[in-house]
Amino acid sequence: MSQTLENRAKPDAATQLDIYRRMIRIERNDDFTRQQIRRGRITAPYYSARGQECIPSAISVLLNDDDKICTIYRGIHDMVAKDMPLRPLWAEICGRVDGTCKGKGGPMHLTHPETGVMVTTGIVGSSMPIANGFGWASLLDGTKQVTVAYFGDGASNIGAFHEALNLASVWKLPVIFVCQNNGFAEHTRYENGTAVDLISKRAIGYGMPGYTVDGNDPLDVYAHAHAAIERARAGEGPTLLECKTFRFMGHVFGDNDAYMSKEEKAAAMDADPLPRFRQKLIDDGIATAEQLDELTTRIEAEVTDAIEFAMACEYPSDDELRRDVFAEEIPA
Amino acid sequence: MSTETLEAPVVETVKMNGLQAINAALMEAMEADPKVLVLGEDIADNEGGGVVGVTRGLSTRFGTMRVRSTPISEQAIMGAAIGAAMAGYKPVAEIMLMNFTTVAMDMIVNHAAKLRFMSGGQSQVPLVIRTLTGAGNQTAGQHADFYEAWFAHTAGIKVVIPWTPADMKGLYLSAIQDPDPVIIVESGKTLFVPMDVPVDQGAIPLGKANVVVPGTDLTIVSYGQMMFTVMQAVEELTAAGVSVEVVDLRTISPWDKQAVLASAEKTGRLLVVHEAGRNFGPGAEIAATVQEELFGKLKAPVGRLGAPYCAVPFAKKLEDAYLVQPPEIVAEVKRLLAIG
Repeated sequence: MSQTLENRAKPDAATQLDIYRRMIRIERNDDFTRQQIRRGRITAPYYSARGQECIPSAISVLLNDDDKICTIYRGIHDMVAKDMPLRPLWAEICGRVDGTCKGKGGPMHLTHPETGVMVTTGIVGSSMPIANGFGWASLLDGTKQVTVAYFGDGASNIGAFHEALNLASVWKLPVIFVCQNNGFAEHTRYENGTAVDLISKRAIGYGMPGYTVDGNDPLDVYAHAHAAIERARAGEGPTLLECKTFRFMGHVFGDNDAYMSKEEKAAAMDADPLPRFRQKLIDDGIATAEQLDELTTRIEAEVTDAIEFAMACEYPSDDELRRDVFAEEIPA
Repeated sequence: MSTETLEAPVVETVKMNGLQAINAALMEAMEADPKVLVLGEDIADNEGGGVVGVTRGLSTRFGTMRVRSTPISEQAIMGAAIGAAMAGYKPVAEIMLMNFTTVAMDMIVNHAAKLRFMSGGQSQVPLVIRTLTGAGNQTAGQHADFYEAWFAHTAGIKVVIPWTPADMKGLYLSAIQDPDPVIIVESGKTLFVPMDVPVDQGAIPLGKANVVVPGTDLTIVSYGQMMFTVMQAVEELTAAGVSVEVVDLRTISPWDKQAVLASAEKTGRLLVVHEAGRNFGPGAEIAATVQEELFGKLKAPVGRLGAPYCAVPFAKKLEDAYLVQPPEIVAEVKRLLAIG
């Protein structure tokens, strides 16, 4: 059994709508990305997070711009949820000089400190030890800032997870460890690589609260993230949230899903959190179908604008190979 | 009066070993800049102030929020240092022994060294890694290696290996304020041998070699505790009438090509001596560069002395054979002098 949360915070209508806005922005952005790759307009390894939209969206409505996230190569949804502007995001995916990282990081390594996206790592597990450093800095600064470390279920089996969670707990760091458990570590099924049925149970070993959450239910994610963030801001230390979800597009773009059953995937896609939450907003009278359609249209225009902006940007000059190695440029 | 003005200015010095010099540098840096932090295993006073006492007194003076003992978790140590550095702090992270950097290589190589470049200059990681190593104490194959070539091969991290306590202090003061990650290797003996340190020893720039002994017949380039061995050999060579110029490299990456090339061009002969393995060691890079730049001006091929291709052995007899000793240096110098 995962721990049970006593007091469940509930997002108000405006916040629910904001969660949905972030989810649809992620979903539209992802769909357009895959389209552009299929059309051959961009060449980049792409790890779609389709199906996982709900998790960072319900968390990000609780974060401020100066709260930080450290995420991983399957992390563009985390950045979009944190409201990273799409123009520099797309320019980076396209390897252009106007990208967030001047085209030197790419889709697996975006950084955008203005929206708190501090590190995106291509190494499984490495978001967690670095998030601790931001947490330590918040304590030293005396601020209430928190840092969210995103990672997958596979990363809970790497040593960095153990070292980072232990240190965060001993130092009472304001870090929230969010495991987006999509059931597969690359191509390996959860139960074939993980010795415990719930990752949240591992929190016991680190003396911190651990919750297993329905990662496809915005209200469940919100309630648990709310408790974890409040705890961190109050100086009480870290929390481990395991958000159970599913990735619809496999490990990497082009994945043929041979390692999962068709029925399993179909069932997961039937439980797609997006249409479900859309219907809930309509049923609860929070928004009308027309309003939500209009929101989608607006977001599609934003994504289209970002793509066209990115395509028109220049590629970085070769001089960039000598820049940013150190603070001082390396002489030619 | 007129004769007095011609005399060299008197520099007031104090006898200090490397350990005390690093401690003084950390004290000074932490006093001057509240952003300087120290972390590592057993480094706070409650845990003894470091495995050999380098950080003694720091936590008592600056508190355990700035001077934090950590669990035995090298990845967590480096991750915390990286995040804090990116958030505007200047952490000095101790990885007790250089062999233990192996369990934190992802953090050091994939993250500390590369995040500035990969973020297009948005991230900076101004941290210092302190790490101790060196053979000679029978600690065998997992406590004594010199891995500076690995880090020198990684773009984005500077590698410093000081010899004298004065250099320790000066190079630490620079490294702590450097905007980029720096690994400083403290090699065994350099921590414990007292030498003169100017009382007001300030920062010494990274990337600058030091001509310790001027000479005309041959140049020896070395660094770290191997400098003690080199100086013993040079004493014997000087007595035999050989004029050796000794260059203490001090920074391995980026290394002072200009100083090494100038010296090698002047003497026409170069020998590189280091404790690290000879295969693919820093001597290979130096030799290749010098031969590219000075082809035709050298009187002999560049010589290289380093550890053999094996792990650091335990038995004293084997350990002595493993380490480059003064007679080997003397013999190699004589061999090179006999060419051309």
